[in-house]
Amino acid sequence: MSTQSVLFDAPGPKARRRILILNIIGVLIFIGLIAYLIYGLYGAGQLTAEKWNVFATGSVWSNFILPGLIKTLQSAAISIVTSLIFGFIFGMGRLSHNKFFNWISTVVVEFFRAVPVLLMMLFLWIMLANSGWVQPADSPFFAVVIGLTLYNGSVVAELIRSGVHGLPKGQREAGIAIGLTRTQSLSLIEIPQALTAMLPALISQFIVILKDSALGYIINFNELLFMSKLVGTGNSNTFQALVIAAAIFISLNFALSKLASYVSGRLSSRGIA
Amino acid sequence: MEGYLSLWDEYGARIMESFWANLQLTFWAFLISLVLGTLLAIMRISPIPSLRAFGTAYVNIFRNTPLTIIMAFGVLVLFGVFKLQISSDFNLNFFQIAIIGLSIYHAAFFCEAIRSGVNTVPLGQAEAARAIGLSFLPAAQLVILPQAFRGAIVPMGNVLIALIKNTTVALAGSVAEISGLMKTMIEFRADQGFLIFLTVALMFVVIVVPIGLLVTWLSKKLAVAR
Repeated sequence: MSTQSVLFDAPGPKARRRILILNIIGVLIFIGLIAYLIYGLYGAGQLTAEKWNVFATGSVWSNFILPGLIKTLQSAAISIVTSLIFGFIFGMGRLSHNKFFNWISTVVVEFFRAVPVLLMMLFLWIMLANSGWVQPADSPFFAVVIGLTLYNGSVVAELIRSGVHGLPKGQREAGIAIGLTRTQSLSLIEIPQALTAMLPALISQFIVILKDSALGYIINFNELLFMSKLVGTGNSNTFQALVIAAAIFISLNFALSKLASYVSGRLSSRGIA
Repeated sequence: MEGYLSLWDEYGARIMESFWANLQLTFWAFLISLVLGTLLAIMRISPIPSLRAFGTAYVNIFRNTPLTIIMAFGVLVLFGVFKLQISSDFNLNFFQIAIIGLSIYHAAFFCEAIRSGVNTVPLGQAEAARAIGLSFLPAAQLVILPQAFRGAIVPMGNVLIALIKNTTVALAGSVAEISGLMKTMIEFRADQGFLIFLTVALMFVVIVVPIGLLVTWLSKKLAVAR
């Protein structure tokens, strides 16, 4: 990180010794914390083989964890696509010079950005199940996907808007000069460039979608967390089951965030962002 | 319309009570996570490798964990398995566990917000601080962090807004707050479902939108003139 070298000089012999001592103290505290945690877990009987062995059997993975993971990935993937479409439409709306379309888009985007996703999911879950539009058993899935789309689509719309505002004015002027309408210049010239420049922020938003799909747990959507809880209650190892679920989520999201910083590095080396 | 008004007669007091719980969760979690996040940010910019590694590990773990898991962990594991009793009062216990969960999660985000503020401080400021003989902690405390906080107002405001909305996830931690009440209300009065949702949603809009405007205003007013 460039910031780290900003804040202190290359240390001299005295400072190096001090840093070494503090470093050793830090390592000791860190090891102490982990040891305390392990000791506590051991004392509570959470590290015994019987609590963890379940996860070495194939049936737990094939019947619970993998189906849950597939549901999580499925709902997240669909939501990513629908949010992009939603964001594209309302991003265009917020950039539009048509007062009516602009006003509607502003209200929609500001409203859905300010309302907690969980509220939308709870509302959609109960109302969809009552309405008969979807099978009651499918209503959690639709509630998760629609809720995620409304919120994250609004965020994407804002990203597109700020991305287009960040473009040089000449891009639009060139578009209009060759005879494109404003809508054509937006969708053919400006938004594709804005999306490229905003790609790292978009990928970070995909992490939010993946994480928020776990909210489906609250509305009985049989995703990863929900299935892990079932494993936990079935084998009285809730702690272990949740740790496994968290580890899966963390590694997926960590990979995505690495991808975001890789893309952002690529873009800045190409002089785009 | 009458059906909607009768709803307020029936649930009005509980609506206010539940929303108050969300605001209290926000207040306490904001205080704790801001302090924790600042400490983590100092660790992440410090010259000591082990502290830097700890800060990085913390941020990577908790920023990538769904808040729902943390909340479920609080009630199913901390309370369910380890019988954690912070308070002897049953409901207060869940409330405090939820505050801890929210704080742990959002501290990672506050840390990153403050660190992005540190990035806005020009190199010359840190060099000048060293030139007048300040070592790491005094330089951070007197020169870097005051400017970093001003540069971090917008990202920190965004984390605060996310925190306000995320207090609804405390439902997964068995806290009696507004989203749980909304679910009950819609279940019992499905005919008024949309208006119930709109009412609760607007309560959040009324809190969140002014905070957003305030943050923008503050960031302009407090911007470091360069």
